[in-house]
Amino acid sequence: MSVLVYVEQVDGKFKKSVFEAVSYAKAIADKTGTNLTAVSIGNVADSELQELGKYGAAKVLNVASAELKNFVNQAYAAVIAEAAQKENADVIVLSNSFSGKGLAPRVAVKLKAGLVDGAIELPQLDGGKFLVKKGAFSGKAFAVTELNSAVKVIALNPNAFGIKETPVTIAIESFSPAVQSTDLAAIVKEIVRATDKISLPDAELVVSAGRGLKGPENWGMIEELANLLGAATACSKPVSDLDWRPHSEHVGQTGIAISPNLYIAIGISGAIQHLAGVSSSKVIVVINKDPEAPFFKVADYGIVGDAFEVVPKLIEALKAHQA
Amino acid sequence: MKILVCISNVPDTTTKITFTNDNTQFNTAGVTFIVNPYDEIALSRAIELCADGKGTVTVINVGESSTEPTIRKALAIGADDAVRIDAAPRDAYFTAFQIAEYAKDKEFNMILTGRESIDYNGAQVAAMVGEFLNIPSISIIKKLDYDGTTATLEREIEGGKEVVTVNGNFVASCAEGVAVPTIPTMRGIMSARSKPLVVVPAQPIEEVIKVVKFETPPARGTVKLIPAEEAVNLISLLHTEAKVI
Repeated sequence: MSVLVYVEQVDGKFKKSVFEAVSYAKAIADKTGTNLTAVSIGNVADSELQELGKYGAAKVLNVASAELKNFVNQAYAAVIAEAAQKENADVIVLSNSFSGKGLAPRVAVKLKAGLVDGAIELPQLDGGKFLVKKGAFSGKAFAVTELNSAVKVIALNPNAFGIKETPVTIAIESFSPAVQSTDLAAIVKEIVRATDKISLPDAELVVSAGRGLKGPENWGMIEELANLLGAATACSKPVSDLDWRPHSEHVGQTGIAISPNLYIAIGISGAIQHLAGVSSSKVIVVINKDPEAPFFKVADYGIVGDAFEVVPKLIEALKAHQA
Repeated sequence: MKILVCISNVPDTTTKITFTNDNTQFNTAGVTFIVNPYDEIALSRAIELCADGKGTVTVINVGESSTEPTIRKALAIGADDAVRIDAAPRDAYFTAFQIAEYAKDKEFNMILTGRESIDYNGAQVAAMVGEFLNIPSISIIKKLDYDGTTATLEREIEGGKEVVTVNGNFVASCAEGVAVPTIPTMRGIMSARSKPLVVVPAQPIEEVIKVVKFETPPARGTVKLIPAEEAVNLISLLHTEAKVI
C-alpha cells in the first residue's frame, strides 16, 4: 500500500497548488503508515523535482518522454494508472485544477476507484471508513463522502489545505510507461497563457467588481488595487454577460467557485448565486453604496460608500502601507 | 451528425439548500428543478451545430420519472429526441457508466455535458464517459467548432487557454462562452410534448462512493462596518487584525 500524488507541471515548474497536493498526500501517507511517491509527466529538471522532497515525497517517478510533453488527459491518465499499479498505490491525490478535472475522473474509471473532486480536508479514517469532505450545492453545503472502493482518488481544491514542509531525501526514478497512440488522439495546437496575471482559482487574494462600476472603462482602479495587493481580478455575472470583463473572471454559482484568503467585492450586491461561488473565502470585504445590499450579511468588513470615492482612498492607503 | 447531450436535473439556482433524514438527504420539498445551467450551454451549442438539417440532437438524463419535466424543457429548447435511463443518479461514476452503456453502439460524433452540475459540483461525468468509451474527452471548454470531421476546442487553463483538435468521436464538458443558452419558443414548448422520449433500464455497476452526510457552512460573524470617510483604516485592519495582507 502507498499514496501516489500526481504533480502537474506548467512549463517545467511546479505551482503552489502542487506543493499543497504533495503536503496533503504526505499527511495521508503518515496517517495510514505508508510511503508517498510522486509522478511527474513532461519536461521537469531534476532540481525542480528535488523540491518535492521538501513536502515529504520519498520518490518521484519521472516520465520525460517527448510525446507526453503536452497535457493530454487520456494519455496522462494511463500513465498515472500504470504508476499506481507499479507502486501498489491505494490512494491517489491530484490538484483539482482545470487539467486535474479532466484527468482525475479518467484515472478513477481506469482503477475502478471512487473519486472525490474538490476535497477540502484530510480524510477521516473512522472505524475502517474512508470519509472525505467536499463542497456541494455551489458553496451552500458540504458533503461528507465515503469512498468504499479498494483504490481511492482525491482531487484537492487549491488553497484549502496549505503547504506543510516535512523534508525527506527524494529519489528520482525514470519511468517509461507504454503509451497507446489512441490515447493521444486529442492534439494540443496552441497554449496561450498570460504570465503577468495571477490565475483566479489559485489566487490567495481576489479583488472583484460588479455593475456598480457603471462601465468597463472604470476597471483601471480595480486593476490598480489588485496589482498593489498582488491579487487576481474577478467580476460578477452581469459584468461578464455585458462583456465588460472576460467570462474567465466570472465568479459565482455558474462561474468559477473560489476560496481565497481575502475576497474584496466592490459594487456587487451579493445575489445568492454570486455568494455561492465565494462564500468559502476566508475574509470577505464588501464595498457598496447600498447599506441594504445582501452581501453585507456575509461580510467580515464592510464599507457603505461610493466605490469611486472609496477605492482611490484604499489605493492611497495601500501605497502608504507598502512604502 | 449525431450529438448526445447529457442533462442533469438540479435545484434552481435561487434554492435555499436544506437537508432531511438527519442531514443525509437533500430536502426537495418546494424546490423547483431546472436543466443544469451548464448543460443548457452544451445543449444550445449542439442545436446550433445541428441547425438547418445538419444533424440531430439527443438528450439523455439519468433519473427517475420525476425528471421528465426537465427533459421536456430540453426538448422545448430544441433537442430532437430524449432518453431517460430509469434510475436515481446515485453518483457520477454510476451516471457516466449508464450514459456510456447507452452510447457505446450508437456512434455519436460528440457527447456534450456541462462543466459541472450545480448540486454535487462534480466535474466528472464527461471525462468518465470518455474513459468508459475509450475516446478523447476535453473538460471545461470555452469554445467548440466542428467542420464535419475535425473538432476545434478551446479549453480553459489557469491564466489562459489551450486549443485542442480532435478527429473522431469525443466527449466535452462545456462552460460559459461555448454558446448563449437558448430560450424555448412557444412553438418549441408545444412541439416538445410530442417528441420521442424513450425510457431505458439502468445497468448494474458496483458502488464506489456514497455521500454519508451533508453539513451546512457555519454562520459568519457579524460584519464590522467602517465609515466611508475612514476607508483607509481597512488596510490596517486587513494587515493587523485579519492578517491577510
